[in-house]
Amino acid sequence: MIEIQNVRKSFGSLEVLKGIDLTVEKGEVVTVIGGSGSGKSTLLTCINGLEPIDAGRIMVDGTEVHAKTTDLNKLRRKIGIVFQQWNAFPHLSVLENVMLAPRKVLGLSKEKAEEIAVKQLTHVGLGEKLSVYPTRMSGGQQQRMAIARALAMSPEYMLFDEVTSALDPQLVGEVLDTLRMLASEGMTMICVTHEMKFAREVSDRVAFFHKGVMAEIAPPEALFGAPKDPELQKFLAATH
Amino acid sequence: MFSYTFHWNQALKALPQMLDGALITLQVALLSMVIGLALALALTACRLSGNRVLGGIAATWVEIARNTPALFQIYMAHFGLGNFGIHLSPYTALLVGIAFNNAGYLAENFRGALKAIPDTQTRAGRSLGMTPVQAFRYIVLPQMLRVAFLPATNQMVWAILMTSLGVTVGMNSDLAGVTQELNARSFRTFEFFALAAVIYYVIAKAVTLAARALASRLFRY
Repeated sequence: MIEIQNVRKSFGSLEVLKGIDLTVEKGEVVTVIGGSGSGKSTLLTCINGLEPIDAGRIMVDGTEVHAKTTDLNKLRRKIGIVFQQWNAFPHLSVLENVMLAPRKVLGLSKEKAEEIAVKQLTHVGLGEKLSVYPTRMSGGQQQRMAIARALAMSPEYMLFDEVTSALDPQLVGEVLDTLRMLASEGMTMICVTHEMKFAREVSDRVAFFHKGVMAEIAPPEALFGAPKDPELQKFLAATH
Repeated sequence: MFSYTFHWNQALKALPQMLDGALITLQVALLSMVIGLALALALTACRLSGNRVLGGIAATWVEIARNTPALFQIYMAHFGLGNFGIHLSPYTALLVGIAFNNAGYLAENFRGALKAIPDTQTRAGRSLGMTPVQAFRYIVLPQMLRVAFLPATNQMVWAILMTSLGVTVGMNSDLAGVTQELNARSFRTFEFFALAAVIYYVIAKAVTLAARALASRLFRY
């Protein structure tokens, strides 16, 4: 369970998170929508401790992420994150990209890491691309590789930060299909996205962020069907 | 007006002697690169340390090495330090001077290579649970080496050519030194120096080609 309690975060004089409260249960899929600069992506990088927070706290399975005593390297093993820019490691083949962390972080043998990597890459439809270097692949393929790379650590939670925003339109579908598959397998996910149709389909709950505040959160039927917050109404009118 | 008679035989007879000199040249250049690389790593670490004193020393080193003549740097190692009672042999002074120069250029090369690797690479590694050291070792460093490799081989070529400045501090065992002595005895300046130039060229070219072949094996992506 991820518990976000009254989290505040500023970059300089700009407060990007103004007291966020959100609890995500095991197996739940929560999508976060909202305009640029609403704080959605920052929240994700706070959850896995890549960004410090100024106030409040975030608990993952009872461990406080930003406590001084927390071993973040250990905690991050169970929180996978995939970014808008997939950040493939260009000097490693697709297989090696996925094997690296299981080997070096989990200390698995080469054989075991390879077995896991092949399984995850096959799962996201890249079973034929094992020895290819990432720069030879499309953005959609690289993004799916990044997802497999995160999954190879057997995370209990997956955070997706606008994973389709940097893709050519014709490549968005294959990545969203991968996310749908994960959701249907029961993975606990928080997805920051601009894909409204996707959010409507996969989410248990959808959260709308506006200027650092979670203005509304509800199951998709309610949030899209009968939005209460005036900013959300404007946002949905503009994106449809 | 052109009545000079070439005496190539004399030069060719001295070829074995000159090739022995070329080995010394290569030795000094290689050693200066090894020392230069180690110093450049230390300078880069100092510049990244955030410590103002260490950073300042490293920055000054890089500035002097890159913006003053290599000849002066070697002179200083021999005659300049001699004024303070530190007497280095011509061989050592030449090695010190070139290593100083190499370190400055290579440190700048490393800094550029480090800048060329986006922070997001480290971030991706950290988010997979890697420690900062692991992320550097397995993700940043291998990519840095690729960026830094060819400029570093240029520096190696430059180091080989810089060794010829050793004659100005009395170095007489390297290729330039041997050639200069042969010239002083025979005054067949053109022949001896032309032959020496060919040897320098062959060494420099061989280093470049070997480095390129190595790079295509090392960096397949």
